[in-house]
Amino acid sequence: MSAGKDMVTWRALNAAMHQIMEDHPESFTLGEDITTWGTGGGTYGVTRGLLKKFGRERVMDTPISEEVLLSAVSAAASRGTRPILEIMYSDFSFLGFDGIINQAAKNRYMFGGQFDVPVTIRSNGGSGIGKAAQHSQSLETLFAHIPGLEVVVPGTPGDAYGLLRTAAASDNPTIFLEHKNQYYDRGPVGTEAIPFGQARIAREGKHATVVATQQILSYSLQAAEELAAEGIEVEVIDPRTLYPFDMDAVYASVGKTRHLVVGHEAVRDYGWGAEFVAQTVEAAWDKLDAAPVRVGGSRAPIPYAQVLEEAVIPSKDDIVAAVKRTLA
Amino acid sequence: MTEYQANEQGLAGLKLMAKIREFERRMPLLSEEGLIRGSTHPSLGMEAIAVGVSLALTDKDAIASTHRGHAHTLAKGADFGRTMAEILGRKDGYCGGKGGSMHIGVKELGVLGTNGIVGAGIGIATGAALASKQLGDGSVAVSYFGDGASNQGVLAEAFNLAAIWKLPVIFVLENNHYAQSASIDDMVAQPDLTKRGEAYGVPSFSGDGMNLEEVYGLATAAVERARAGEGPTLLVLETYRYLGHMAGDTEIYRTKEEVEAAKSNDPIETLLARLIEAGVITAEEWETTSKELFEEVEAAEQFARNSPYPDVSEAFTDVYAKGASA
Ligand SMILES: Cc1ncc(C[n+]2csc(CCOP(=O)(O)OP(=O)(O)O)c2C)c(N)n1
Repeated sequence: MSAGKDMVTWRALNAAMHQIMEDHPESFTLGEDITTWGTGGGTYGVTRGLLKKFGRERVMDTPISEEVLLSAVSAAASRGTRPILEIMYSDFSFLGFDGIINQAAKNRYMFGGQFDVPVTIRSNGGSGIGKAAQHSQSLETLFAHIPGLEVVVPGTPGDAYGLLRTAAASDNPTIFLEHKNQYYDRGPVGTEAIPFGQARIAREGKHATVVATQQILSYSLQAAEELAAEGIEVEVIDPRTLYPFDMDAVYASVGKTRHLVVGHEAVRDYGWGAEFVAQTVEAAWDKLDAAPVRVGGSRAPIPYAQVLEEAVIPSKDDIVAAVKRTLA
Repeated sequence: MTEYQANEQGLAGLKLMAKIREFERRMPLLSEEGLIRGSTHPSLGMEAIAVGVSLALTDKDAIASTHRGHAHTLAKGADFGRTMAEILGRKDGYCGGKGGSMHIGVKELGVLGTNGIVGAGIGIATGAALASKQLGDGSVAVSYFGDGASNQGVLAEAFNLAAIWKLPVIFVLENNHYAQSASIDDMVAQPDLTKRGEAYGVPSFSGDGMNLEEVYGLATAAVERARAGEGPTLLVLETYRYLGHMAGDTEIYRTKEEVEAAKSNDPIETLLARLIEAGVITAEEWETTSKELFEEVEAAEQFARNSPYPDVSEAFTDVYAKGASA
């Protein structure tokens, strides 16, 4: 499976994994049920075919032991390997926060820059398929808060491919969060790595800027479509990485549109959107004609029943309403 | 060892196992119909553990369950209709549809929840036992967990804590030989899992998890130890799950022959044969009873199907305690 055409997200990630394993002989991948589950490549197929091509030494099924795994891959990285660990659902990374946060994220700093920690933690977040409170959280804000970590939130198959390649090549511990409701989204996929810290303009517009990721990015594009029919041209920006992050792209866009809406699935209160709003207000106050508006998950765990799940996650209509509010 | 009697008591256990099996048999069908969201994990074949352990407990005792927790919950006394309603995300479910299959809690029965985090129940049951000690209420706590979960770090900490504090907790390891697609043979180097308990000073026993009488005997002894203040026990029970890990599992990791072979030691069939032999019930009577049980589960399913979905406003309730500062 090679990149360079239209693909669904899981295939794009799978293609990236094949490429990475070839490009970096020091890389290996591991995780729970990544070779004999479902498709023969983990829950969503991302590791399919890797075992056959690269063998058990480099493609390893692990016990259910997140705590030791997160800490061990970090240390293995500091000893010269380039591990890619799959955590089946990002919710399970909580079991190993010491390994990620106290160890991996701080290793370079504490020891005076001696250690690179080129580990990639691949996982998925987000809601939409009824996985309920312990399999649906959007934890990107939490990770983005930790100095030392890079945080990637691809919103299209093409970005999934290009950003995963950069994650694997990065010498920093990188949290790569796929969205579980986007594995079957289809779109164009290039053949190159995509650098971190460069936002993408997903749609051009002149009346308001919407910054959004993943599922809310796709709702924002639908909202923009709807608003266009009313003569409101929305510019949609996908930051793609939450650390490093590209404020210049936001300032440039707001310079045109003079209005800002930020949307994400992570809980709105204390969410990363607040960071984007705060930085814009601090650095580009003069470019705003109105107060920015935040759209985000409710301050509630993700409930099971569909009517309830939909109620706590932002919808396309919420984005439409937010744009109208800032323009009012 | 307290023997489970091949009499009326045995018949009650048999009925409960059969009723749970009928309930669980419906899960893949409901999933296919699109009535169950996310994932649901039935436990056909594993009924003797849930029932055998529960029969040794009272309502005051607590259990902490797993992602595969319907049987544990039902055996502890949960209403079949309300449990089903929760799995279907309905208003009359035990958690008002907020929890679903992987998060069913029933406070009045001491069911501290099925759980979506593998191994989490180990710490939770240890905490329930700690509460029992603090409150002096004489209750015991049971943690059910799988062979896969036995590789979680929390196990080591819980064993040690429970042992040094002599907590009234029973660790029930359901060894069904698979963790999702991972075979126990590949995931542990020391197949005798009782050694893990022994290493921490937790008395540990293994047994046939397909045999209700044996499970009941082991559980009763462990409960007696716990109530007497003698501390924790580990029970490693051999079992097998007949269906895939969850609805939709392709089961590429095991053969049909292996599954069929396991079914030859079915816990329900075995006990039924014993009860017939002992003259407690005839084959004809069991046929009538089976029909009645089927009807009861059918009624539970209809109750669940007829229960409305929760009101949208419920999405925002119970995040914080009533009257608290938030
Ligand atoms: C912390 C955590 N890691 C991984 C998972 C994904 N997962 C759910 S069930 C399961 C297998 C559990 O196996 P076992 O403990 O043996 O129980 P069984 O399914 O056999 O009853 C896995 C890996 C999870 N839910 N939680």
